[in-house]
Amino acid sequence: MKKFFMLAVVVIINAKRFEFSPAEVHLKKGEPVTIRLVSTDRPHGLSSKPLGIELDGNDEVTITPQTAGTFKAICDHYCGSGHGGMKMTFIVE
Amino acid sequence: MDRRSFLKFSAASLGAGALLQFTPAQAAIPFFTRRNGEAPSPFSFVQLSDTHVGFSGPPDPLGTKAFERAVDTINALDPLPDLVLFTGDLTHDSEDASEHAARMKRFKEIASRLRVKKRFHVPGEHDSALDGGTLFKEHFGESHYAFDHKGVHFVGLDNVSSGKPMVGKEQIAWLQRDVARFSKTTPIVVFTHRPLFDLQPEWEWFTTDGDDVMNVLAPFDNVTILYGHIHRAHHRTIGNAQHHAARSLIFAFPDPATAAEKKALPFDKEHPFKNLGIREVSSSPIAIDDIELTAREISGTEGVQQLRKGGVL
Repeated sequence: MKKFFMLAVVVIINAKRFEFSPAEVHLKKGEPVTIRLVSTDRPHGLSSKPLGIELDGNDEVTITPQTAGTFKAICDHYCGSGHGGMKMTFIVE
Repeated sequence: MDRRSFLKFSAASLGAGALLQFTPAQAAIPFFTRRNGEAPSPFSFVQLSDTHVGFSGPPDPLGTKAFERAVDTINALDPLPDLVLFTGDLTHDSEDASEHAARMKRFKEIASRLRVKKRFHVPGEHDSALDGGTLFKEHFGESHYAFDHKGVHFVGLDNVSSGKPMVGKEQIAWLQRDVARFSKTTPIVVFTHRPLFDLQPEWEWFTTDGDDVMNVLAPFDNVTILYGHIHRAHHRTIGNAQHHAARSLIFAFPDPATAAEKKALPFDKEHPFKNLGIREVSSSPIAIDDIELTAREISGTEGVQQLRKGGVL
């Protein structure tokens, strides 16, 4: 009997002061996805509580979004004067 | 003995800070009675937050003027509060360490004008997140600690120096040991920078392990959390704990319930200290005075209503 595994897509989020790239990511509801944070200058965070994303520095997490919608994510590792504006958007379709 | 009968607590987050007055209620006096039989006297203290010394530019062109005005206002209080607690962001950060050090010195110069000599500080992220708290500790000592004052146990917590909005396992274990010696009715005041609950995560108004801190404090009947960071007054009761945010002394943020973006409220040149002022709370009978820094007028009962709503009074 064949077994099928659903492999998670990996989305790489590059972080540098004071922006994420890409700044907008589209995800599929019900499909697992690995979110990988790559901090390229100094440690940054990536936090979106509704999506269960809580990353720091260089780290990753696999999530399966259950709810469609637009979710803001922020840098929650203080990184300097523009830190408060360092954010991105996940759109779950 | 429930919390209210144990300690009559008047609290307010103040424009320029907060003045809080503790009056041991009648039922609590035996607990507080000193060895010589005297009951401890009621006392008050002030919370100041987010002075951001060194910040310049929009929306607030006033620099340290609100801080200095707050110092004058506190010095005019009669009786003088016993303590002043600073809940972080004493300074605005700078990439230049020598400039940041100069801002800390400037903060200390202004704070030293206070007639209240017992002053306590915890860092905000602008004080300590870029260097792990090194500079803060050089100027102000440890970033977490505890002390007792007239029957109240005070705990300063650092939820910023790691760079993340978190207290950390080591500090939480220390807190567990620190409070273990107290009875469940001991009044505990925790002062820290960020909210210890999820107030508005998208605006970074949370502490990742705030629940772990509150679990340590859950057995205690009378817990007050004082914090800053959000640049506006806010009051919430969660379980046995009362959480109170103080306004800042630099500019105000809007109410996240009505504002889409975390954008500082514009400067009002007609009312340069709008949203910045002192709320003085006294008891017997309970009276709250909101003092706007420019007008030096009593503004009123809004604070009383907020506190009643929050179940404090």
